[in-house]
Amino acid sequence: MFTIVSKRYLSPAITEMKVLAPRVAASAQPGQFVIVRTDEAGERIPLTICDYDREAGTVTIVTQSVGISSTKINDMNEGDAFADFAGPLGRPSDLLDIPVEELRKMNILFVAGGVGTAPVYPQAKWLKEQGVTADVIIGARTRDLFTYVDEMQQVANVHLATDDGSAGYHGMVTGLIKELIENQGKHYDRCVIIGPMIMMKFASLATKEYQIPTVVSLNALMVDGTGMCGACRVTVDGQTRFTCVDGPEFDAHKVDFDEAMRRQNMYRNNVKTNPETHKCHCNG
Amino acid sequence: MANRIPRVAVREQDPKVRATNFEEVCLGYDREEAMLEATRCLDCKNPRCQGQCPVHVDIPGFIRQVVKGDIAAAADVIARDSSLPSVCGRVCPQESQCEGACVLGIKGEPVAIGKLERFVGDWAIEHAGDEDRKPAAIERNGHKVAVVGSGPAGLACASDLAKLGYEVKIFEALHKVGGVLVYGIPEFRLPKERVVAREVEAVKRLGVEIDTDVIVGRTATIDQLIDQEGYEAVFIGSGAGLPRFMGIEGENLNGVFSANEFLTRANLMHAYDEQYDTPIYAGKKAVIVGGGNVAMDAVRTARRLGAEAVIVYRRSEAELPARVEEVHHAKQEGIEFKMLTNPVRIIGTEDGWVKGIECVEMELGEPDESGRRSPVVKEGSNFVMDCDVVIMALGTSPNPLIKHTTEGLETTKRGCIVADEAGQTSRPNIFAGGDAVTGAATVILAMGAGRKAAAAIHKYISEK
Repeated sequence: MFTIVSKRYLSPAITEMKVLAPRVAASAQPGQFVIVRTDEAGERIPLTICDYDREAGTVTIVTQSVGISSTKINDMNEGDAFADFAGPLGRPSDLLDIPVEELRKMNILFVAGGVGTAPVYPQAKWLKEQGVTADVIIGARTRDLFTYVDEMQQVANVHLATDDGSAGYHGMVTGLIKELIENQGKHYDRCVIIGPMIMMKFASLATKEYQIPTVVSLNALMVDGTGMCGACRVTVDGQTRFTCVDGPEFDAHKVDFDEAMRRQNMYRNNVKTNPETHKCHCNG
Repeated sequence: MANRIPRVAVREQDPKVRATNFEEVCLGYDREEAMLEATRCLDCKNPRCQGQCPVHVDIPGFIRQVVKGDIAAAADVIARDSSLPSVCGRVCPQESQCEGACVLGIKGEPVAIGKLERFVGDWAIEHAGDEDRKPAAIERNGHKVAVVGSGPAGLACASDLAKLGYEVKIFEALHKVGGVLVYGIPEFRLPKERVVAREVEAVKRLGVEIDTDVIVGRTATIDQLIDQEGYEAVFIGSGAGLPRFMGIEGENLNGVFSANEFLTRANLMHAYDEQYDTPIYAGKKAVIVGGGNVAMDAVRTARRLGAEAVIVYRRSEAELPARVEEVHHAKQEGIEFKMLTNPVRIIGTEDGWVKGIECVEMELGEPDESGRRSPVVKEGSNFVMDCDVVIMALGTSPNPLIKHTTEGLETTKRGCIVADEAGQTSRPNIFAGGDAVTGAATVILAMGAGRKAAAAIHKYISEK
């Protein structure tokens, strides 16, 4: 049983859960994801691994309530168990392939937005363990929506940006990227962007301008998550790739974001996934 | 002397009714019908049927027992060669195997071997818990074997090894046990609870343990299973799960699915049932590209979800690789067949949803290496069919995950694991069989390969 050993709210719609899954915890690497299913009737939902504790055998996931399944996840409590918690899936972050001596010479920038902040954490933490302190831009609409800032500050140099100017830089993450490079003399050799698809699209355009090699972590729709269904296909450099087995990280400057966004909304108006039309049978 | 009566008709759900539900189409023989049909068998001295069976089930032998009404004895005869008769009786391409070789088929209709096998298999499932049919207590030999994948190959391999006393654990990537039997083949052809789940129960009763949600190659590698968890041998029966696409324009439009996705949503995730959360979209008109069993399963699933459903296939009806019974059932259910037709591009709306498919007409030219006449494009025959869903059922290849994560495991150019007739791979303690070795094939071949590998593993460990 994949029992939830702890749960806390990062914001009213976002929870962080530590889930007992010793096999997954033993093999997890930064950049990978899990597929979870709440119960027999549940969907298989991919969630990025946000942290793992090999000794305790737990894996941390962060979920934002947006549709039926994510709401079902967030309604679960400490002591409840997921029907399924399978992984780790996908390829680990490319950063793991770079020799440590080289990593230490590099300036690495992360750009995180919304619920994408938590998945940046294991990568920044892993870098810190290798002796590399990365810069992390965290963007939000307003200061109350920030998550994982304290955790991130333990492992990286954090730069905040809010659309309304309530904290940190006043503006979008794209503006802050420009600010750091043009006005604060920063130079980056590599960038990792994780967040809502639209943010990843524009942040990628910004790093392209400065010719910073950039990867994005895509959160495509999936069913099995193991390469079987192809629901998660994405066009990268003109080629069709499967996010689940070829990704989830891809060269940001080669991803067809417009197609990816369109495909992500495939079931938006479906009776089952639309919260307004969904008839819940959770209680029989 | 054999009974000169016509083949006993099998009861089926009415096509109009079944095109709107997911219940099993074929209702099968009852005892009386089975015994009557069994009397048609000539009990040939040289049984050609048995020779055409990939695992050489003693067909006249089990039919002889059905004639006598001793179904338990019939089940025991089949069990010598097949561990999944209720499944194979439903999904084997009998017309090109046993029944295709039946002497009665030369002038009339062959004995309904598949339906008889199904009847016997179902009887065995029904009576598996009976005192006199419970497997005898097996003495454990203390050796551990891991099986990767819980499809027909893995289940067959695991049960044979368990019967020999091995401690066997199956690792399954998905949340349900059965592999293609649960994610691929629809409920209306192979009932999941009544047949598959009970076949799995029978395997568990032998002492086989099954861990779901373990993706071998990711959750644990084969070498970790061997080095850290103490398995002395591993059998890989991970199937061929990777879908192919055509590589034509518009394939990533919203509304284009692999048959794997469409069927997994319907079968594994029960998307057709409103009690389940997983969505599925079959549109108003669904075009399914392909002519195999998977294409038939997808088109009939789309039909049951309320879509007008069409098969588009580049060869002619004679070359359709699907079971004859499935094609026949599909037609009865109102499926349109557009033969000698091949898509060249999928057309989308401004916001990226499928609105049509452009096809060309084909004609049959010279035979290709498979012996089938290869289709050739009729120049200038392009036409557009309106549709809002396109499902690609073009075949599958093995998942490369195990290949990538297992040092020294040889594979072919097409990604299939290299294994000899007994299932031995390039590594001494690793065996493989089923679709992972052959590429997409049949349940019975996979089952047979699993059993051969079990024998080879037994030999390997005994002689170690």
